[in-house]
Amino acid sequence: MSAQQNTGSANTGTPLVEMRDISISFGGIKAVDHVSIDLHPGEVVGLLGHNGAGKSTLIKCLSGAYQADAGEIFINGERAEIRNPRDARAHNIETIYQTLALADNLDAASNLFLGRELLNTWGMVDDDAMEAETRKIMGRLNPNFRKFNEPVSALSGGQRQSVAIARAVYFNAKILIMDEPTAALGPHETQMVAELIQELKRQGLGIFLIEHDIHAVMQLCDRAVVMKNGARIGTVNVDEVTDDDILGMIIMGKKPEKAY
Amino acid sequence: MTQALPPVTPQTRRGLFEHLQIDSRLLGMVGAFAVICLAFQLWTGFRAVGGGNPLAWLTGGRFLIPQNIFNIANQTVSVAIMATGMVFVIVTRHIDLSVGSILAVCSAVMGILQVWVLPQLMGLGIGNPAIAPIAIFAGLLTGTLIGALNGWLVGYQRIPAFIVTLGGLLIWRNVGWYITSGQTQGPLDANFLLFGGAGGTLYPTASWIAGLLATALAVWALFRGRANKARHGFPVKPLWAEGVIAGFVATAILGFVAIVNAYQVPPGRLTREFAARGETMPEGYSIGYGLPISVLVLVVVAFVMTVIARRMRLGRYIFATGGNPDAAELSGINTRLLTVKVFALMGFLCGLSAIVAQARLQNHANDIGTLDELRVIAAAVIGGTALSGGIGTIYGAILGAVIMQALQSGMAMVGVDSPFQNIVVGIVLALAVWIDIQYRKRKGARA
Ligand SMILES: Nc1ncnc2c1ncn2[C@@H]1O[C@H](COP(=O)(O)OP(=O)(O)OP(=O)(O)O)[C@@H](O)[C@H]1O
Ligand SMILES: [Mg+2]
Repeated sequence: MSAQQNTGSANTGTPLVEMRDISISFGGIKAVDHVSIDLHPGEVVGLLGHNGAGKSTLIKCLSGAYQADAGEIFINGERAEIRNPRDARAHNIETIYQTLALADNLDAASNLFLGRELLNTWGMVDDDAMEAETRKIMGRLNPNFRKFNEPVSALSGGQRQSVAIARAVYFNAKILIMDEPTAALGPHETQMVAELIQELKRQGLGIFLIEHDIHAVMQLCDRAVVMKNGARIGTVNVDEVTDDDILGMIIMGKKPEKAY
Repeated sequence: MTQALPPVTPQTRRGLFEHLQIDSRLLGMVGAFAVICLAFQLWTGFRAVGGGNPLAWLTGGRFLIPQNIFNIANQTVSVAIMATGMVFVIVTRHIDLSVGSILAVCSAVMGILQVWVLPQLMGLGIGNPAIAPIAIFAGLLTGTLIGALNGWLVGYQRIPAFIVTLGGLLIWRNVGWYITSGQTQGPLDANFLLFGGAGGTLYPTASWIAGLLATALAVWALFRGRANKARHGFPVKPLWAEGVIAGFVATAILGFVAIVNAYQVPPGRLTREFAARGETMPEGYSIGYGLPISVLVLVVVAFVMTVIARRMRLGRYIFATGGNPDAAELSGINTRLLTVKVFALMGFLCGLSAIVAQARLQNHANDIGTLDELRVIAAAVIGGTALSGGIGTIYGAILGAVIMQALQSGMAMVGVDSPFQNIVVGIVLALAVWIDIQYRKRKGARA
């Protein structure tokens, strides 16, 4: 597999996502500086880098939260204009934000279906049906979850996280963006998320995973992209490098031979 | 499907109110309202009876008599209608200081249409049945457009709502003044006056029918909700609890109907009405007022606004945006357009309030609705709407308006000086918010 240049492991077809030459700046700061990344079906691509490297900003251009100043996005080889989160959802892109992005005053079901409520025959919001669906998916993702009738402000960090994950998974995403999905989780829940990622990967989703834990990246990702100060240092196939290679890229911006 | 669901919390011994699952904030407000009513009843009774025993005060009081309850209901309608809209505005973390002024300009538009433009300029003539509908449509349209403009300035131009509507407070009343050249507009169209409380009521028979229909609808909604929950295998209240709540609702609705039916139309007015129809009034004839049309308007507004808040996407998005604007935006909600809708709805309700207020006063004067912005905000806040956004209920705002009106009427009745009345209302406002904050702290929810 090392023979294949410039594409991921075993991925020769049209990429699911291709972000080309993306740049975005805030005031004078170049948060993302001419970065190109791609993602194939059934692939997990890790995004690494120190705090403020521009990881979240880059993927927010894909999720529609920000609009890039320059660059192009291709979905399944076709040019995609993603101007807002609605556009991203229309391309089956789902995002778990670092900040979780939940409405604290609403319950789990209302958050899960926010913007895509189930309606009854009269066009009214059907809370009972949404709660039933929420109970089903939570039964799968987090069987200990009980607080269905309380605002999510009453939930623990991990419970909130599971609501955010359930929301991304429920709507049959093809492209999943996870921005530090395990940041608030205990070891057991972290393991559950890891298994979920592997399961979704088997189902053929493409996943961008922003993650600070190198071991998790080595375990879960096919490729890893390292960013520093808004620029892409390099991309590596995870099974061709060691932890230390990646750490060197993150900390010193040193690009190993196998990177491209 | 049921077996896939996580097990439901086991039944433990619970208190009566937990079984009923009534919002304890609602209970608190109803309790406060009851205390206010009782206090004024005893106070006025003490005045009337003098010394003696409290039971005599209770029966001799003048506060809880049909006439006074009828009047309080009518005086509350205008502020209560706007307060329901203010709930949405405040829930989305905005404020609208211009509602009193929007009411005034809507009233000016409707006034001049009824008095001059339609009957004289357009030549429809006084008493033409088209006048009231056209005036009402124009008033509602005016309010909606001004509200939409406010919403556009706030949502799309990112000017803080406080500033936009502070400007509106100065602008719109004076636009109204300009339209009418500062002159009081009257007399109003006869059909229009039907919205003015005592000027238009259903009389007893139709009131009973309306009351029974409303009761039937409420009970049906209660049990339909229960059936829906049961269908999904969710826990439901015990049947007796559902019955108790239905009983309360029925008593409240039908009790109110009985009270307004008991308030008799003065004989002088009846004689005039019979004379106007070319008949003579039978000897000893009397009839109760029944439900005022203005109160029915409020009931419909309350129903529709509650449905929007709890059963429609619009309401869900309003609350989500108030809880976390970024999350709402990231969930694909167009929060800018939502802001326009919320303010436009507020403006529409100002127009509706203008109809009721103008008809009750029987003319348009330029000072109509002065200081209403403060009453409306106070009603919403007393009713539990959090200025930090995301929290509020329609019924709470209406109860807040009723409580304020009851306080003011009661104080006027027992002769509290008007500066002191304002001091009391101010204290009540601060106290209500303080209690609300304590309550939320105890419940552990974030304020
Ligand atoms: N909305 C914004 N306005 C101004 N500057 C921003 C904004 N969002 C991000 N930045 C800046 O852009 C740079 C990249 O931020 P970003 O959030 O993408 O970092 P990150 O790689 O996700 O870091 P972390 O690991 O801490 O989450 C930082 O310097 C940050 O201060
Ligand atoms: Mg980040």
